[in-house]
Amino acid sequence: MNRINKKLQEDKKLLSIYFSAGYPTLNDTVSIIQNLEKSGVDMIEIGLPFSDPLADGPTIQASSTQALKNGMTTEILFNQLKDIRKTVSIPLIIMGYFNPILQYGVEAFCKTCKEIGIDGLIIPDLPIDVYNEQYKSTFETYGLINVFLITPQTSVERINFIDSISNGFIYMVSSASVTGSSSGFGETQTSYFKRIAGMNLKNPQIVGFGISNHETFSQATQYAKGAIIGSAFITFLSNHGIKDISKFTQAILNNI
Amino acid sequence: MTYNINDKGYYGEFGGAYIPEMLYPNVEELRQNYLKIMAEPSFKKEFDQLLKDYVGRPSPLYFAKRLSNKYNTKIYLKREDLNHTGAHKVNNTIGQILMAKRLGKTRIIAETGAGQHGVATATVCALMGMQCIVYMGEIDIARQAPNVARMKMLGTEVRPALSGSRTLKDATNEAIRDWINNPVDTHYIIGSVVGPHPYPDMVARFQSVVSEEIQWQLKDKEGTTKPNYVIACVGGGSNAAGAFYHYLDDTEVNLIAVEAAGKGIDSGESAATSALGREGIIHGSKTLLMQTNDGQITEPYSISAGLDYPGVGPMHAHLYTSGRAEFISITDDEAMTAGLELSQLEGIIPAIESSHAFAVLAQKKFQPEDIVIMNLSGRGDKDLQNYIDYFKL
Repeated sequence: MNRINKKLQEDKKLLSIYFSAGYPTLNDTVSIIQNLEKSGVDMIEIGLPFSDPLADGPTIQASSTQALKNGMTTEILFNQLKDIRKTVSIPLIIMGYFNPILQYGVEAFCKTCKEIGIDGLIIPDLPIDVYNEQYKSTFETYGLINVFLITPQTSVERINFIDSISNGFIYMVSSASVTGSSSGFGETQTSYFKRIAGMNLKNPQIVGFGISNHETFSQATQYAKGAIIGSAFITFLSNHGIKDISKFTQAILNNI
Repeated sequence: MTYNINDKGYYGEFGGAYIPEMLYPNVEELRQNYLKIMAEPSFKKEFDQLLKDYVGRPSPLYFAKRLSNKYNTKIYLKREDLNHTGAHKVNNTIGQILMAKRLGKTRIIAETGAGQHGVATATVCALMGMQCIVYMGEIDIARQAPNVARMKMLGTEVRPALSGSRTLKDATNEAIRDWINNPVDTHYIIGSVVGPHPYPDMVARFQSVVSEEIQWQLKDKEGTTKPNYVIACVGGGSNAAGAFYHYLDDTEVNLIAVEAAGKGIDSGESAATSALGREGIIHGSKTLLMQTNDGQITEPYSISAGLDYPGVGPMHAHLYTSGRAEFISITDDEAMTAGLELSQLEGIIPAIESSHAFAVLAQKKFQPEDIVIMNLSGRGDKDLQNYIDYFKL
């Protein structure tokens, strides 16, 4: 069974962390992943940096740009990760925009992911119809879960469709926004969380965008299986470096 | 075989809608409605009326006698430079503002490089009393001050794009992010035949008035609707799309797309996407784009801000790879020389974008009986400082 599916069966709310690979410095990738696992994180999204990240706010844009300046490439990231499964056992997902993956070659990319022990991919700008027609069988051959997004604007019909083609979790975007731009959840979000929870989808939902602290983590996971934190973690890395990662996760999980 | 778009939103293998889910409802709403709305008699009537009374269409098809003598062929200029706001851009913004109104949108966003599309958008928003926000790279804001002032005078808010290279590509990213943040009330008026389907097709259809007019104007003057050549410059490619549109599937008409070679194709400072690009995804479309081996989009360069874009619309990617259109790259120097020549032979100062197209006349041999249509996409007022600096006027 894929590590993602196994993790989703655990009877707990899941904390997933996103970071841009190659930031703060080029070779931090492995230490960040190891430290995140040690500090109690359930799942990690490794951001493959891109020059033009359309769905991301200023924080992730800046870390992505800096990662590229530091020299990060797809090849280098794969090299950094090649022995990761010797020390890390939680699910690892690569999140990146489609063009760098297309240039690497989708099949070659998936094959390397499998060899390394990557469990899934999130590619926000890979359309569902293109995935279904051209890449689904490749993802399946290499045992990769493709994670789809829904937003507050996604129609009920489309949510049901996305649920039917998903086989891990649904990435539930908390509000109409790019990453890192929300400050707290109001009634609009809560009613959206409730509405989706009430649909009894076959795939659990993990909420992303706008989660930055214990309070927003608790609000998001009241109705969903877990939550993903990106920008707030990157801001923490910018301010504190990679040494005290457990302080960040403890503050999220236990409010300390 | 057709060189136009298919029902899945692709030109050959290029096009599609490679967008994050956050944009799906908006783009899908547009996809489902744009053809229906454009076919409504009331839409057509309003669009045609505004093009006539407000923009000043039809734009003349002018026989350029002295230029024709010099190059020993028959050269006609399609005078898009005479449109209100000074370029072809307004054909599209008139169409899209009417589209936005019918979709019930109340807020307009746009990207701009040199500021021509920004001004054309600000203009139609003033005309319709709509709120307008234009994203413009911080660097472009500094070097295109007159157009920034025009937009402000028209009541538009100009927001600087501070990310990446702080030019057109980044202004487009910022406009897309704005649309993600404002999914309900906002319409994004894209300025070229780029972006996710249906934008390339919708913009091409609004610009197709250019070749529609060329057909009947040429019939009046030469007794035929078909020229031997249509020549237009290509950044994203909207003026070329308009000038080519009704000739796409008529292979007796030769199409020439002119890209900006900047300081030379191999100089590292160029925007010649057909020569330097590979297939990939930019701004929601599968097309040719300039990128690193690793798939990072690279910074283009051209003296002309309107051609300074690392991609090309999917229609043009298909015209290039299928061989339907000939692609020629013109350097900064060649374009500036051609711009000066047109000024002094015909009394018309062209936009530097258009000057690139005119530089082809010195490079390619035409027959005396050939009819050559030059799409004069914009006037040179906005480029005066560039011409002054270049020629030390």
